[in-house]
Amino acid sequence: MSDEIESLIRREYEAGFVTNIESETLPPGLNEDVIRIISAKKNEPEWMLQWRLEAYRKWCDMEAPQWAHLQHPPVDFNAISYYSSPKSKDDAPKSLDEVDPEILETFEKLGIPLHERAKLAGVAVDAVFDSVSIGTTYKDELAKAGVIFCSISEAIKDYPDLIQKYLGSVVPQQDNFYAALNSAVFSDGSFVYIPKNTRCPMELSTYFRINELNTGQFERTLIVADEGSYVSYLEGCTAPMRDENQLHAAVVELVALGDAEIKYSTVQNWYPGDENGKGGIYNFVTKRGVCDGANSKISWTQVETGSAITWKYPSVILRGDNSIGEFYSVALTNGYQQADTGTKMIHLGKNTKSTIVSKGISAGRSQNAYRGLVRISPRAEGARNYTQCDSLLIGDQCGAHTFPYIENKNPDAILEHEATTSKVSDDQLFLCRQRGIDEEKAVSMIVNGFCKEVFKELPMEFAVEAGKLLEVSLEGAVG
Amino acid sequence: MSKTPLLEVKDLVAEVDGKTILNGISLTVNPGEVHAIMGPNGSGKSTLANVLAGRDDYEVVSGSVRFKGQDLFELEPEERAREGVFLAFQYPVEIPGVSNMQFLKASVDAVRKHRGQEELDAPSFMKLAREHCKELKLKPEFLKRGVNEGFSGGEKKRNEILQMALLEPSLALLDETDSGLDIDALQVAAEGVNALRNPERSFIVVTHYQRLLNYIVPDYVHVLAGGKIVKSGGRELALELEEKGYSWIQ
Repeated sequence: MSDEIESLIRREYEAGFVTNIESETLPPGLNEDVIRIISAKKNEPEWMLQWRLEAYRKWCDMEAPQWAHLQHPPVDFNAISYYSSPKSKDDAPKSLDEVDPEILETFEKLGIPLHERAKLAGVAVDAVFDSVSIGTTYKDELAKAGVIFCSISEAIKDYPDLIQKYLGSVVPQQDNFYAALNSAVFSDGSFVYIPKNTRCPMELSTYFRINELNTGQFERTLIVADEGSYVSYLEGCTAPMRDENQLHAAVVELVALGDAEIKYSTVQNWYPGDENGKGGIYNFVTKRGVCDGANSKISWTQVETGSAITWKYPSVILRGDNSIGEFYSVALTNGYQQADTGTKMIHLGKNTKSTIVSKGISAGRSQNAYRGLVRISPRAEGARNYTQCDSLLIGDQCGAHTFPYIENKNPDAILEHEATTSKVSDDQLFLCRQRGIDEEKAVSMIVNGFCKEVFKELPMEFAVEAGKLLEVSLEGAVG
Repeated sequence: MSKTPLLEVKDLVAEVDGKTILNGISLTVNPGEVHAIMGPNGSGKSTLANVLAGRDDYEVVSGSVRFKGQDLFELEPEERAREGVFLAFQYPVEIPGVSNMQFLKASVDAVRKHRGQEELDAPSFMKLAREHCKELKLKPEFLKRGVNEGFSGGEKKRNEILQMALLEPSLALLDETDSGLDIDALQVAAEGVNALRNPERSFIVVTHYQRLLNYIVPDYVHVLAGGKIVKSGGRELALELEEKGYSWIQ
């Protein structure tokens, strides 16, 4: 049976095409001059350049983390180009009409129409192609509600006060090796500000695409939800099939002030490499949110099916009293993929609550690790955490690992941890087949059932997308 | 009899891990007939049902099985199911998170598609499923729960009968449907089976105990021992067995 399962796990990567456009790409390598060039290309103010250089100097003294349950050759940071931009005009296009039609077509192919008349079911989209944001939809409509949704490059120029106040406030430059690198070289990303007592009138979404060869993508996302506001945000990611490993080191910072709520969903489908483990994206990402004010809430939902290697731990610092942090995750690895992913819930405020639901699915020869930290500080009276950590194995050549850490300094806290490991059993498959259901459909049904608690946290249209993505990722998983 | 047999098993030999379990079984089942297979533990009764359904833990060494005139072993398990072979499991397995309704619909859709029938739309399917639930004394909420997830033994077995009713098979294999059931649950399950009896549909009822056959009355009874049918007869054979025990046969 395991041979059959293996053949069913073969996958096809549908987003693997390359767009042929002229682009301007810096030669590989990293030094202070490269950072000056990036900053100059973006016409950044001096303070921004200095911030980047400061980060770079810190990074030079740091070392790549070795503690994750991941194996890969060391990344040669001088073999990567740190800036690539589609060659249109001098800087980013001023409006969607100026965007290279080839790029628009790329996003169409990926199912992300950028023209507002193509209306993506009322979702505003910021599209990032290689290093540059190429267009944000629905800007005017959002502006009416006072919502700022633009590329981070624009925000640095147009909203310097907000950027200076919040950039690096949740993930400091020297937080970790990859965050420091990102702080030095980030080229674009999205910025969102929701004013006080405002419910963002539509879903916001950023779509990241790596196209250029030997390019790293280092985007930076910053979302600030002012008091009493609400926003739901989704990011999606794809890349062409290439034999070389490409680096993606993003930083996402979320700030929820008093009574605010941020819901952040990710559907990550970076190219995972071929069936022999060649190529694929190294996804080394730092995502963290702070529930700064009382009664605020941050919820991370992620569906991770892509990337050769995933290293990410979307976390919440629960500083405000009664604040709530949530982490719902589906991580599926197949082929030779490796994932070390989980979350950190840092309880500082009184009566803070966190929920962690992690579903890891391992197939093929992949390795899938959950790593989580729940920390309760001495003054977090009445803190509560519930963790549920389930692993599902498909076939007998893959691995599932769980590394839960609990640090409790308050005797009043209540912590629960549940963990299960199960297999898609031959009995389950046989039951389905005996009822006329073919094996592929059966596996996808079983896996979807396993992920149900997480999928119900996704915005509706993306839940459907996530279900389909799992189906594609498992294509061939039992034959 | 001039009927074309629905199922013809000839000299079937099958093994698990090199150990012979079925050692030359021959059995002919005509449309509409109910055959009971009885025998002590380890006699190979469940193996027979599972080999016919296509579970791949078993290796068929020799012999043939024709179902509706075609070679059954040429067909994958899901193809057999779509052609009308149904196995009611002795130990129905759980599929957490997949609702019973979703599972039943996927199953019925697959079988209907094969038969050239249109897929049922969701409301018609719901209606149909609810009606069958009622007959089996299952609450409608039952359909929303995960497949066999946290079901009692009786619910699991009734769920098997529910699936059978929806799939309308031509050959139903009941693998120890009575095991783990109290007398009331047994009656409900048996009524469900009896409601499905008709001149075209055949049943092979595998059981250790005569008790079930009080409710599902067979046309023929076969006694299996050591992987062979050692005695065949009518309804009365089962009663005789109960009286004298399996040692009488061996």
